[in-house]
Amino acid sequence: MSVGTLAPPLPARAGAEPTVERSRIWRKFVRNPAAIAGAAVLLLVVGAAVFAPWVAPHDPARQSLIRRFTPPVWADAGKSAHVLGTDQVGRDILSRIIHGARVSLIVGIAAVVVSLTVGVTLGLLSGFLHGRVDTVIMTIVDVQLSFPQLLLALAFVAALGPSLVTIIVVLGLTGWERYTRVVRAEVLALREKEFVEAARAMGVSTPRMILRHLLPNTFSSIIVLSTLQVAQAILQEAALSFLGVGTGSAYPTWGQMISLGRDFVSVAWWLPTFPGLAILVTVLAINLVGDRLRDALDPRVQ
Amino acid sequence: MLTLFVRRVVRLVVVLVGVTLVTFAILHVSGDPVALMMPEAPEADRAVLRVSMGFNDPLAVQFGRFVGNIARGDFGNSFFHREPALPLVLARMPTTLLLTGLAMGLSLLLAIPIGILSAIRRNSAFDHGATLVVFLGTSMPVFWTGIMLILLFAVQLRVLPVSGWESWAALVLPGFTLATFSTPLLLRIVRSSMLEVINLDYVRTARAKGVSEWFVICRHALINAALPLVTVAGLQFGLLLGGAIITETVFAVPGLGRLIVGAIRQLDFPIVQAGVFVIALMVVLVNFAVDMLYVYLNPQIRVR
Repeated sequence: MSVGTLAPPLPARAGAEPTVERSRIWRKFVRNPAAIAGAAVLLLVVGAAVFAPWVAPHDPARQSLIRRFTPPVWADAGKSAHVLGTDQVGRDILSRIIHGARVSLIVGIAAVVVSLTVGVTLGLLSGFLHGRVDTVIMTIVDVQLSFPQLLLALAFVAALGPSLVTIIVVLGLTGWERYTRVVRAEVLALREKEFVEAARAMGVSTPRMILRHLLPNTFSSIIVLSTLQVAQAILQEAALSFLGVGTGSAYPTWGQMISLGRDFVSVAWWLPTFPGLAILVTVLAINLVGDRLRDALDPRVQ
Repeated sequence: MLTLFVRRVVRLVVVLVGVTLVTFAILHVSGDPVALMMPEAPEADRAVLRVSMGFNDPLAVQFGRFVGNIARGDFGNSFFHREPALPLVLARMPTTLLLTGLAMGLSLLLAIPIGILSAIRRNSAFDHGATLVVFLGTSMPVFWTGIMLILLFAVQLRVLPVSGWESWAALVLPGFTLATFSTPLLLRIVRSSMLEVINLDYVRTARAKGVSEWFVICRHALINAALPLVTVAGLQFGLLLGGAIITETVFAVPGLGRLIVGAIRQLDFPIVQAGVFVIALMVVLVNFAVDMLYVYLNPQIRVR
């Protein structure tokens, strides 16, 4: 699912007054209740992830055979000490979800940093240098697009051995192509602008041109795209964990909880349901924020 | 038109070489394919295998051999099934294509009318509802959607089978699950491309001529809104195949995705490589066809 594909490249706004601009963007952003709700939820998830050992009510790894399959507290006449119930070995589901947020967010953000670095660099080069460089880079993009990202990630994580770092690197290196396409399209448009022509007439060197004049003008698209890409990376990580090539450690992840819970869905519906809701709520929050950011940063949408 | 075709074919071939290189890299990226293939074997046995399979040759030589073998349809024998990998992969193809076709059909069936209605009644309650559904759909992990549908229809209501592929009833849940994955994006495209054409002069002219609203929408607006839809539907095919891998795992559908996931768990790399290559090949060919269809549908390019 690629919400980001549809992101139209934002036009450049060279020389706009930054503070006025920023407050206008901010005003547009806060006017939208869905985006505010999304941001609030996101803050909550980040807080839960950062302070997981302190906010989790129980030890996420602690098993208890007599407490197996405890239903959520409202389905259990409110007697239970486990708000969202326990799993097949008696571990507290809420605590595991809170700890699982760490993996999702770390992978989501770190993978996007990797793909952003690769994708933006290639996009800048492709758009500015034109010619043979452009052809080579766009061919690599085409090759990348020939593989479903999940399939490629699945094969390479399995080949390299599942670990947190492997997942981050593989998701990063299989998810860069959207940055390249968006940045390239923007640079192609920017090349024709007067300020670029002026800079060129003044004899600005190629690296300086790219870093000082072109890159800053692509920031707003990169920010919007990155938000949506974090959401994608979280979904992909969950899918990899679900398919059994996760982080390779015992630390709880949402995807792995769903995968293990699936076998017990007929006796304990809460096992796969809540971790999935955690993914849904987190990704939805990010998507809402990203969508609103796009509208706020795009001067064409008034 | 002909030069365009030739250029696209050249590009197709170059991309296929890249696809082959990536497929080759799956086995070699770890640096030691033999350790990957037999993790528990003693070093002496590994050394023997390394020589017999030619893993000591320079990578370029090995890649050349790999390309030659693929050209003959030889991906090696599956370690697990002990038979050639490619026929095993191809045998699973129809199931996966049926599943993706079902999901694609269902998606279009949902996305086109809902998208059109959303565009016509812009900012109505219906439009907002559709937008909400799009957001929910793009934020749900597809495997979880599948499990929730199992919970509802197979465990609670007991109206549909939990898994399998034996009856038509068994196709409903996997098809619908995969469709929840592809519908939101298509719906968005239909809505936005309809919005773009719906206020153009020629549509207004058609209305002014007294053409019925229904005819205006179908004959004049939809045809022109179809272009972006065709492109996206092509790109979607790759995404759908990715989604099919998960959906098949959730519902135990005996397709290509399930075969690959199983092969990954058994470190059966010939199957993995053959499966990855075949899927990429399909995506490349579908996108090529879509490209050509796009040229055909878009008179602006055709004339040039």
